[in-house]
Amino acid sequence: MTPPPKVSIRDLSMRFPTDGSHIEVLSSIDLEVKDGELVCILGPSGCGKSTLLNVVGGFLKATGGAVLIDGREVAGPDPRRIFVFQERGVFPWLTVEGNVGFGLFRLAAGERAERIAHYVKLVGLSGFENAYPQELSGGMKQRLEVARALAVNPDVLFLDEPFGALDSITRLVMRSELLRIRRAEKKTILFVTHDIDESVQLADRVVVMSTRPATIRRIVDIDMPHPRDLSAPRYIELRDMLFEEIGLAHKI
Amino acid sequence: MRRLLPFSATAALLLVWFLAARRQTSGLFPDPLQVLNGLLELLRRGLLAKYVVASLFRVSWGYLLAVLTAVPLGLLLGWYRRGERALNPLLQLLRPISPLAWIPISILWFGVGDLAAIFLIFLASFLPLTVAAMNAVRNVPSTLLNAGRNFGLSNPRLLASVILPAALPQLIVALRISLGVAWLVVVAAEMIAVNSGLGFLIVDARNAGNRYDLVVAGMVMIGLIGLVLDLGMRQLERMKAVRWGYGS
Repeated sequence: MTPPPKVSIRDLSMRFPTDGSHIEVLSSIDLEVKDGELVCILGPSGCGKSTLLNVVGGFLKATGGAVLIDGREVAGPDPRRIFVFQERGVFPWLTVEGNVGFGLFRLAAGERAERIAHYVKLVGLSGFENAYPQELSGGMKQRLEVARALAVNPDVLFLDEPFGALDSITRLVMRSELLRIRRAEKKTILFVTHDIDESVQLADRVVVMSTRPATIRRIVDIDMPHPRDLSAPRYIELRDMLFEEIGLAHKI
Repeated sequence: MRRLLPFSATAALLLVWFLAARRQTSGLFPDPLQVLNGLLELLRRGLLAKYVVASLFRVSWGYLLAVLTAVPLGLLLGWYRRGERALNPLLQLLRPISPLAWIPISILWFGVGDLAAIFLIFLASFLPLTVAAMNAVRNVPSTLLNAGRNFGLSNPRLLASVILPAALPQLIVALRISLGVAWLVVVAAEMIAVNSGLGFLIVDARNAGNRYDLVVAGMVMIGLIGLVLDLGMRQLERMKAVRWGYGS
């Protein structure tokens, strides 16, 4: 018997009204994500993949279909499922400690401090506990936001192009950091990206979206164990397959 | 040299003022030394401290009442769009009316005295503060709001731990500007509605024997105290929890 899916998206559609008419952004999306799986949602900019993630996260209400998590329909945002924005999501008026502890207001002070220390260390921000976000680099802010999300011990993380604003070297470092953190904290992760390499490096499965209205074109299993060799023939084969699926030639 | 630069324009003005006062024929316009003597005279007679305290007393009450009512109201209006839609037209209608236009009505309601002046200062600070607080809330990025909601915050908690701190940098600027306006208005109010304070000093000194040295002494005190108030408010902008809001 297969275990029930953690996240299940059923015949989801989304329309936004525009003066008189409406724009169809998502059209009949069906997707199941297993517990502990890392799924990348890959698509061109503006295709509606962020909208999809916002619906699954409970920030937007779909106009058709349903999203179920643990068999229950999503009615709104929930601390068991944390959304990580690009580094814009950290609270600039709080220190690193304040940010990491933000969601822990229900805990007693002692446990709270313990958790903060643990997650500050996990994301490699030790020594910066009292720094404000403006004193941190883009990559550090991103780690901070991930730490804040992990601190409330959610089952699911939604990451919306989290490394999109970082330089390419930092981005590579952050990806291996994410994989390291994922080994330490088993979470179900939905990761939206427009970066093909990123999806092949991270995902268990890559969901390729079409241009608007977004539908699922194809779901590709990334059947490579971690750590992945970025020059292995299988890596290149999968990457090229995704390039073609997205409709890009891989020659410049 | 660098340290003296901020004082150069003031020094030049004092010099020009001194020379110009010496050349006048009427003899009414005081030179800087006469003004300094005027200040000393006020100090000796105990009037300077009395009037400064009187003006600050009125500003403090009017301004504090405005802050305590306008900031919560503005935050709520920024949060509940319906309230904003209902109240905003009225606020925009009242805003262009100079607080000074309210002088006759405030005397009608409160009589000649402190209450009338405090009411005017309250009015002068209340409207801009309400509008500024409302806009500050509306400018809070939705990313931060969503992040807050994601952690399961109730509305009051969201208001206290996301919306208020996110709006605070803009709010502090509005607090500083409206304190400046309150200080402008207290002087005007004291010219008409009361018989103490720096505004009263200016009118009284002119009416009681053309003592222009005391008129200018009053003006100098108003300028100095306004400067100190503004510098004090600027200290708030240096707090680490709001500095992110002012660029680098």
